[in-house]
Formats: sequence, structure tokens, C-alpha cells
Amino acid sequence: MRHDHIISAKQLSRADIEAVLDHAADIAADPGAYADRHADTLLGLLFFEPSTRTKMSFTTAMKRLGGDIVDMGSVESSSVKKGESLADTVRVVEGYADALVLRHPMEGSSKMASEFVDVPLVNAGDGAGQHPTQTLLDLYTIRENAGFDDLTIGIMGDLKYGRTVHSLAHALTNVDAHQHFISPESLQLPRSVRYDLHQEGAEVREHTELDEVLPELDVLYVTRIQRERFPDESEYRAVAGQYQIDSETLEAAKDDLTVMHPLPRVDEIAHDIDDTDYATYFEQAHNGVPVRMALLDMLLEANE
Amino acid sequence: MTDDDQQLRVSKIRNGTVIDHITGGQALNVLAILGIDGTSGDSVSVAMNMPSDRLGKKDIVKVEGKELSQNEVDVLSLIAPAASINIVRDFEVVEKARVERPSMVEGVLECPNHNCISTEDEPVKSRFAVVDDGVRCEYCETIIRDNLPAHILAE
Repeated sequence: MRHDHIISAKQLSRADIEAVLDHAADIAADPGAYADRHADTLLGLLFFEPSTRTKMSFTTAMKRLGGDIVDMGSVESSSVKKGESLADTVRVVEGYADALVLRHPMEGSSKMASEFVDVPLVNAGDGAGQHPTQTLLDLYTIRENAGFDDLTIGIMGDLKYGRTVHSLAHALTNVDAHQHFISPESLQLPRSVRYDLHQEGAEVREHTELDEVLPELDVLYVTRIQRERFPDESEYRAVAGQYQIDSETLEAAKDDLTVMHPLPRVDEIAHDIDDTDYATYFEQAHNGVPVRMALLDMLLEANE
Repeated sequence: MTDDDQQLRVSKIRNGTVIDHITGGQALNVLAILGIDGTSGDSVSVAMNMPSDRLGKKDIVKVEGKELSQNEVDVLSLIAPAASINIVRDFEVVEKARVERPSMVEGVLECPNHNCISTEDEPVKSRFAVVDDGVRCEYCETIIRDNLPAHILAE
């Protein structure tokens, strides 16, 4: 991998994606073989927003590669509380760590931070912007379960503010995918993502109802409709129920449909799907470790 | 009527800039880009919707006592891509240039996305790539297509 920083899924070519996923598959097959791969390496974790899966899987990935983490801790207990700029924070922590992982509530934060550091910086979510490592584990899960050839995927929920959706939509332009976006009109894809998809010549269709497209799908990627984004509670209530699925909903789906979700879910996927063959979201979350091990390994190797 | 005749419809200036071939109707936006609101006391002349062979209708702005910075020219080019800029000293045109559409404008526009890191107190300038029909924030990727002058950073 030739990139110094991983900021956006847009920077990942098909070859980059395949290289990370192939390496992740090797690691998943024999994780013990990588146990001392990066002994004495420290990964700096800068999480300015709450995170469970992303933070824990980066921690696990680094430790399973033989290294360790240095963690900024909560914003409340850090110098950020004293008004330190993000640019200063990353410049300080790059002196402690061999690579940095940044999650921040503002769009463009990782891009900006990367301009101030020489160690590799990985975007672990920048506001409603991008979440490229989530996308890599999503792609790994898709490739394992449905393949990349002639893939028909439905992406449903909050497409406007969902950074995992923005990253995934960009990345899917690299594979042979028909993309269907299902959302309320108020939460459709933002102009910038539409622009990129158009520039890439991606085949994209938009829907407000899942049943318009469900029978065609190989993968259904569900995201949470974020109640807090709606200016009016009644607007939220008008759309929220339409975007919940249960086992009855999936009676119209292909038998080998793969249902994914970046988690956390609230009520958009009923628990009666959890024990069906459709449910792939916990496997998807577990895939975060080998995929992040692969990515870190390749980034650190390239920067030694 | 020649371009020179049209420029003379408003009074000649001693020192300053004549911006010609502005897209018809955009002169007030050009003034906004230049931060000119008439309060500084400098003479400003504006001719709008003049006949033009090249543009159909064009605007002309003459500003006494001001020469444009490159940043100003860059933003100007986005709303008036055919504009020509004439620098006048002692009533003579000493430089004449067409604007060129840049690939990037830096430090002149403010991102309208209030959740963009470039709007925070960080040591970076705003930066926008020029795309087909607008500009795009290099940090948060927000695209601005309309009313660029409304996004010009305050001095």
C-alpha cells in the first residue's frame, strides 16, 4: 500500500482494496503467525467521540500484531478541554506513537490533521464524512458472503449523515456493483457523494421504499436513522417505522441475501433476524480485527 | 461601439483597475468579491448589461485606487470567467490580462458547512477545488454551486 495516510475510501483503488482484503484473509486464517510482527510499535488513539467497536478493534488489532496502544483518553480529561487545537494535539502525539488513529466529530478533521504529521494517520470517522476502515471491513464481509461480481446491493437508512454509507458508496464504484439507495427523501445522499458517483459513472438508483428493490438484492446494508438529525420529531416518526426490517419483511428477499449493519443498531433490524442465515452484522463487526491488522501491517511496513 | 468606447461611458480613472467583460448582471457580485461597498470613499463606476459581441451582455467595473490580488482574481474568475483586467496608472492601461480559472482557491471562501474543520480555530486556510460547475471544499467536500460571493471570507 503506497498511501501514507488513510483518509477517504476515495483514495483506495481496486488493487489497494484487494491487497488489504487478501492480507486480512491470510491473517484471519492464521492470526498466530502475526503475533510478533510489530513488537515495540505503538499506535496512538485519538478518539474525540465515543466509540466501542472501532476503538476496541484497533486496540485488538495492534495488540494482536505484537504492539501496543497509547490512548488520549476522553476529551474531558485531555488538553482539548483546555482549548488545544487538533493540529497541536496530533503534532504532540506523533512524537509518542508510530501511527495515529483519529476519530473526530468534524468533517475534514482527518484530512487536516494529516497535513501536520509525518507518521501514518488513519481516519476512524470524521463527522458525517468518511469512515474508510469500516468500509474495508464491509467490503471484506461482502466479498466473503456475496462476492464482488455482478453484485446488487441496497443501502438503507440515513444516507445523508451516514459516513459509513459515504465511504462504502465510493468504494463500491471499484467493483461490479449495482447500488440501490433506500431512504426518506430528507435523508438522501448528499450532493458531494452524488457528484462522485456520477463522475465515476456508477450505476445508482434511489428509492423511498425497500419493497421496490428487495427481491433483487444480494446484500442489504442497513444503517440507523438518526433521530437526533431531524429538526422535527413528527418528521422522524413519519419515516422511522418504514425502515425497520424483520423476518417477515425478508420473506420477499433472495434466500442467500446478506444483511449487514455497521452497528450499533437500535430498532431497524428486529432480533428475530439475528439467528437466521441472513444476519451477518456480528460477523461483520468481528472482521474489523483482521482487516485493521492487515491495514496497520501494510501501513507500518511501508513506513519503516 | 468598440470596447474602448463602452469603457468610456463611465469616467476614466487615474489609478486603479478596470474589469471588463464581466458576465452580464454579475457586476454587483464582483464588487462584493472585492469587498467594495462604497464606504471607503474611493470612486467606483459600474456599467451593467452593455451590448457585447462576445457575451451578448456584459458589465464593466472601474475601481479607483485598487489593484486586485491574485486571490481576488481567482474568485472573480469563477463568476466572470471571460473577464479581462486592466491595470491603470496615470490614466494609461499598463497591464491587460484575462482571468484564468484556477484549479484551487485558498483562503478566500468560507465553507458553508458549519461542521467542517476549516471553520474551526485551526492553523489552516480554507481550500476549495474548482470543479465543473462550482467549488468543492478540500476538507469536508461540500460543493458550492450558487452565490459564491456570499461565501467570501471576511477580511
